[in-house]
Amino acid sequence: QQQHEDLSAKKLRLTKPSKSAALHVDLCKATSPADALQYLLQFARKPVEVESVEGVVRILLEHYYKENDASVRLKIASLLGLLSKTAGFSPDCIMDDAINTLQNEKSHQVLAQLLDTLLVIGTKLTENPSVRMRLVEVACKHLTDSSHGVRNKCLQLIGCLGPVEKGVAKEVESQAAKDVQKIIGDHFNDQDPRVRTAAIKAMLQLHERGLKLQQAIYSQACKLLADDYEQVRSAAVQLIWVLSQLYPESIVPIPSSNEEIRLVDDAFGKICHMVSDGSWVVRVQAAKLLGSMQQVSSHFLEQTLDKKLMSDLRRKRTAHERAKELYSSGEFSSGRKWGDDAPKEEIDTGAVNLIESGACGAFVHGLEDEMYEVRIAAVEALCMLAQSSPSFAEKCLDFLVDMFNDEIEEVRLQSIHTMRKISNNITLREDQLDTVLAVLEDSSRDIREALHELLCCTNVSTKEGIHLALVELLKNLTKYPTDRESIWKCLKFLGSRHPTLVLPLVPELLSTHPFFDTPEPDMDDPAYIAVLVLIFNAAKSCPTMPALFSDHTFRHYAYLRDSLSHLVPPLRLPGRKLVSPPVSPSITPHEDPSQQFLHQSLERVYNLQHLDPQGIQELLEFTIRDLQRLGELQSELAGMADFTATYLQCQLLLIKALQEKLWNVAAPLYLKQNALASAAAKQILEETYKMEFMYSGVESRQVVIIHHMRLQAKALQLIVTARTTRGVEPLFGMCEKFLQEVDSFQRCFISELPHMQGSFVDKLLDLMPRLVTSKPSEVVKILQTTLRQSTFLHLPLPERLYRASANIIEPTGESDNPLRFTSGLVVALDVDATLEHVQDPQGTVKVQVLYPDGQAQLIHPKPADFRNPGPGRHRLITQVYLSHTAWTEPCQIEVRLLLAYNSNRSKATAKIPKSTWSESTDALPQSENGIEGTIPFSKPVKVYIMPKPARR
Amino acid sequence: MPFFRLGPGAGQDVGRSCILVSIAGKNVMLDCGMHMGYNDDRRFPDFSYITQNGRLTDFLDCVIISHFHLDHCGALPYFSEMVGYDGPIYMTHPTKAICPILLEDYRKITVDKKGETNFFTSQMIKDCMKKVVAVHLHQTVQVDEELEIKAYYAGHVLGAAMFQIKVGCESVVYTGDYNMTPDRHLGAAWIDKCRPDLLITESTYATTIRDSKRCRERDFLKKVHETVERGGKVLIPVFALGRAQELCILLETFWERMNLKAPIYFSTGLTEKANHYYKLFITWTNQKIRKTFVQRNMFEFKHIKAFDRAFADNPGPMVVFATPGMLHAGQSLQIFRKWAGNEKNMVIMPGYCVQGTVGHKILSGQRKLEMEGRQILEVKMQVEYMSFSAHADAKGIMQLIRQAEPRNVLLVHGEAKKMEFLKQKIEQEFHVNCYMPANGETTTIFTNPSIPVDISLGLLKRETAIGLLPDVKKPKLMHGTLIMKDNSFRLVSPEQALKELGLAEHQLRFTCRVHIQDPRKEHETVLRVYNHLKGVLKDYSVQHLPDGSITVESILIQATAHSEDQGTKVLLVSWTYQDEELGSYLTSLLKKGLPQSTS
Repeated sequence: QQQHEDLSAKKLRLTKPSKSAALHVDLCKATSPADALQYLLQFARKPVEVESVEGVVRILLEHYYKENDASVRLKIASLLGLLSKTAGFSPDCIMDDAINTLQNEKSHQVLAQLLDTLLVIGTKLTENPSVRMRLVEVACKHLTDSSHGVRNKCLQLIGCLGPVEKGVAKEVESQAAKDVQKIIGDHFNDQDPRVRTAAIKAMLQLHERGLKLQQAIYSQACKLLADDYEQVRSAAVQLIWVLSQLYPESIVPIPSSNEEIRLVDDAFGKICHMVSDGSWVVRVQAAKLLGSMQQVSSHFLEQTLDKKLMSDLRRKRTAHERAKELYSSGEFSSGRKWGDDAPKEEIDTGAVNLIESGACGAFVHGLEDEMYEVRIAAVEALCMLAQSSPSFAEKCLDFLVDMFNDEIEEVRLQSIHTMRKISNNITLREDQLDTVLAVLEDSSRDIREALHELLCCTNVSTKEGIHLALVELLKNLTKYPTDRESIWKCLKFLGSRHPTLVLPLVPELLSTHPFFDTPEPDMDDPAYIAVLVLIFNAAKSCPTMPALFSDHTFRHYAYLRDSLSHLVPPLRLPGRKLVSPPVSPSITPHEDPSQQFLHQSLERVYNLQHLDPQGIQELLEFTIRDLQRLGELQSELAGMADFTATYLQCQLLLIKALQEKLWNVAAPLYLKQNALASAAAKQILEETYKMEFMYSGVESRQVVIIHHMRLQAKALQLIVTARTTRGVEPLFGMCEKFLQEVDSFQRCFISELPHMQGSFVDKLLDLMPRLVTSKPSEVVKILQTTLRQSTFLHLPLPERLYRASANIIEPTGESDNPLRFTSGLVVALDVDATLEHVQDPQGTVKVQVLYPDGQAQLIHPKPADFRNPGPGRHRLITQVYLSHTAWTEPCQIEVRLLLAYNSNRSKATAKIPKSTWSESTDALPQSENGIEGTIPFSKPVKVYIMPKPARR
Repeated sequence: MPFFRLGPGAGQDVGRSCILVSIAGKNVMLDCGMHMGYNDDRRFPDFSYITQNGRLTDFLDCVIISHFHLDHCGALPYFSEMVGYDGPIYMTHPTKAICPILLEDYRKITVDKKGETNFFTSQMIKDCMKKVVAVHLHQTVQVDEELEIKAYYAGHVLGAAMFQIKVGCESVVYTGDYNMTPDRHLGAAWIDKCRPDLLITESTYATTIRDSKRCRERDFLKKVHETVERGGKVLIPVFALGRAQELCILLETFWERMNLKAPIYFSTGLTEKANHYYKLFITWTNQKIRKTFVQRNMFEFKHIKAFDRAFADNPGPMVVFATPGMLHAGQSLQIFRKWAGNEKNMVIMPGYCVQGTVGHKILSGQRKLEMEGRQILEVKMQVEYMSFSAHADAKGIMQLIRQAEPRNVLLVHGEAKKMEFLKQKIEQEFHVNCYMPANGETTTIFTNPSIPVDISLGLLKRETAIGLLPDVKKPKLMHGTLIMKDNSFRLVSPEQALKELGLAEHQLRFTCRVHIQDPRKEHETVLRVYNHLKGVLKDYSVQHLPDGSITVESILIQATAHSEDQGTKVLLVSWTYQDEELGSYLTSLLKKGLPQSTS
């Protein structure tokens, strides 16, 4: 018996020549180190299977000891590390050998590489404390090496593998385990800056792994802030930040005085100081970290915005202070006097602190920095701090407003977004609003839209402010008519937020006159609509306002309420029939009539089991129609309605297909009917993918139902194929596949199965033992009956459901001027689109270009092309490169957006542990449900192009 | 070691910058400026101060020009051609390009318009520029074998640089004029931690801390925008170089951003040439311009066009940049006279105006001006003042000192009273000496030069291998032989030194006798000593040799009975001088006697 096994093992090896053997032969053949290196390089290109890793490692080690050339040993060492990374391979068997190789190694480079290999091994065996201990010990031994590379790696190893738990250190009585922190801390003063950096990084690594760093390190870290090398300073800033988060309340003394302050304040001051460091890398780092130091006392925080101005030793007020004063004195900022910034009182020369150790003016410096990276980081930090401190938010406003005029668009955009995020805490002064509104004329659409967003949630203090905003928005509208929608939306919120401020403006805005009738404004004028949107939204919570309306205003209201229902709210108007019943406050959104209607229609559908086939179809058709209409009317329910409608549509298709006469007719006759049934199956499949991937908010309960529907469609497909094809051969495969799918369905949704009583799959699983053993023809028969008998499953609706949608803003598709370019060369087409409710657009949204000759091109936009202006919304601004051979005349191409999906990614299947496979297996069988595809989700836009033949 | 001398100009004065530095026997002249306020001999620095007899070329090793402003380079042709200097002159590439244009322009005004004689000619400017060596940023230029200079970015104007001058291990940094806050077209000054012995810094704004640039820019843009929207005309009198470009960029980007259509004009001539250089030296500008110039060079203005005299009468809004900046003559004054009567128009003065000029008058609120020919001009247009200055303020100066970490600071190019304040601050914050010499005064600074010694790698490795890891903070003791030969110092191992000097090696041994009272036999005593030493000296190799002697490392210990008293043993301890430390320790240990309890 034993021998037999050996034999079989040998046989296996023969059929698949071992990698290790081949390598061995190669290495033995190598005559010179260069040769050997070549072989190793070639070898490294090919992956190695899990089972042969160990063998290969042994061969490599054998050569390692024989090899005299350091470069070859280096390569071997790096290969060892690479091999230990192989998934599924446990490197504990080669650890001893790897440690042994360290003993006699003279070359520093090879030593460093070997330590790197040990690090890889160690990270794969993190669960084993004794292994880690041992590796750390090895690393400590080599810490005295004279090469920075080796010390670097040692520290890295200690950082990654050093003991984090206190208990272990006591048990294992070894030198290394005593105090990793101390060992690493000793290297903070290493002579090589690279080692110093590595030491700090190792410390940070320990912190990340859960070790509580000692407070004693703080003073050491502070000294490192004055290091000559930027990497060290950058890492030290991080370390200080970590410590300030760990021990915020500890008290540290201020050097050169007897005072003491909280550690977090001290650290804050130190990091603030680094905002004016010589290296911009450090500045960015420091500015970023400032944002997350929220425990700092407000006194320190407010200092960051403070910069005492002086001129010839006399105190000067900043422009901000002047603006504020002018405002509070009731005078509008003139700014036209020479010398209104004239210096005032004398300053005591002793009191002026030119370089403060504290936080003074850190943000003032950060926001004025030369590099825009620093400015962006400062704006972000400002945002985070302001969100947690309303008083700081109020103070930093002036500075943020200033940033609206930065020379780099990204910075402007970022500061507008920041302002939006903190807008709950602030009220804009008029002079600030003035500056904010000035940006509305910006030619960048991004900026304008961000600003509209900002205005949506801004608090304005006076009616003049509202008026100013309206005037500026209207100016914006005339300059950039494409902003229409965005401006209307902005005014909607502006109106509903400030009803009392709008009220006194109404007569002026509507240009009504107490005695004279004024001409009726043009209803199609976007500016007039904008004014009305503002007024109607204000009127919603201000019942006295409608009294000021003139007759035509009411008429216009009725019109707008119908045509722009998303912008104009229902109003209770005196003496008029209400357009929609008043919403009494007692009714919760759940009992919203339209929602009720949705649920009722679904309830109705669920009873359709009891109807005759004809009735079922009719009911489904009506319900689908109702739902679709509902979706159009009620935008907030659109997702829900569409989703259910699609589901019912699938059901309808299924029922129709099953009712075809074809099932009773002899095989050759139903070719035509067959087309219908298989088309239905195909369409159901498509719809189910749409349901699964196009809606955000789909929960696993819905996913089950969707998958179930898909299973039914597949069953239908199987039946149809079985009916139409002759011969049993192809059916075997199909049946097999189908049964596999049923199986995987069961595995994925085992928890949901109890809810699926009487469904198709429920019945199918009962019959499973029979199905597995029976012939394809029988399987088909069984499937057909179960499919017919199975009940219709209820579709539970989630709380919120949104359908992904996309709208291509540019190209508009209206241009008659063809885009001319020389054939063979490329032309860039700007594509600008808004995406709503798309999750992970970077990964899923693609652009498709269809050429008239049927050629299709799929473009993956760069992740940076997506912007995120608000929750659930994305904006794609990208360039698509077109090219084609010469045409005789211009023709239209189609551009559309696709949503790519991969059913592997679906939420349900993500739970199944993936079979462990390494990169080494070349031809991996597609896992059973790894279907990838795309769903078009935007209207195609036509672009006129004309590739000209190249001139010779 | 005296090594610094403040030269003929500058000092506590904003005018002609000219500083003479002697560093380790090398003489360097920093900047060669002229005073714009004088029209006589005081205009140029007094070069006779440098050397009473003998040629300048022999005395000076080089001349360095920090940037192209005339108060820093105006006297250069006079100095090199008329006084006579043939040595190298160093400046950056943009300075070399723009400097002759300005010099020529100034020459034209003084000679052709004012009719002065005894002034340098065009040919002299050309000849002078031939002596100029252009340097790149951060490029170390070896002037001669010992003297090297290196340029750092200084902001201020295009091509402005700070220079580090280094001889051996002594160094001086001269900042010229610099700006620590970036503006629309230039970045901020930057220097590495070069720790010079002396930092010579300008201190124009020694007592000022300025407001953020952004507010000023916003105000400026708002004013221009409002006026243009009202249909008014805006006149901005500027000098041809520097601020003018900044304002152009500012307006150009604003026009671009806001999609404005009103024309912007720039008076032609000198400016066009200068703009051309701005286009060329993109690497000297700020981050934004450097990053975007691939798509579009910011200095290729889209909205700004050349001005023609006839345009001034065109209807509709417009913005015009016109020279000169103080409205005292030329095109800007002509346009001002045309537009002054309309209250819709506006004039923005972007800089300081000298007393007596029209600019100064209108800024101080005068509304009726008396022009030539007894004409009275009523000024109805709005008058605005906007300061755009590119010097570092007090905070900026402190920041630069923090970056460079100098051992001494010297303030120049500022007013004495203001410098006093800054001096006190610098001494208080950085604890370094600060000087502020007056014109013509010489300051001597004593340095503590470190002397480099070459050490052979083998010796270094061997020495560092002994003992613990080197600690940065503590000096380390090393053994070796110092050879001073041909003006160079070398530290080599004793063996090599012997070999080089052709000497034979002598062994030096110390021998010492220690008497111990011990009645036992010799070999027993030896054993006791051995055990004792082994117990005490755990880290050393203690061996008991078969011939009855003990070695501790290379120290030999032998025991013999005393010839007279058998109860006293004589221990012979012998060591070479290299082991002196251990040897003397051993003797003192043995002298204490052996512990009784052992054996």
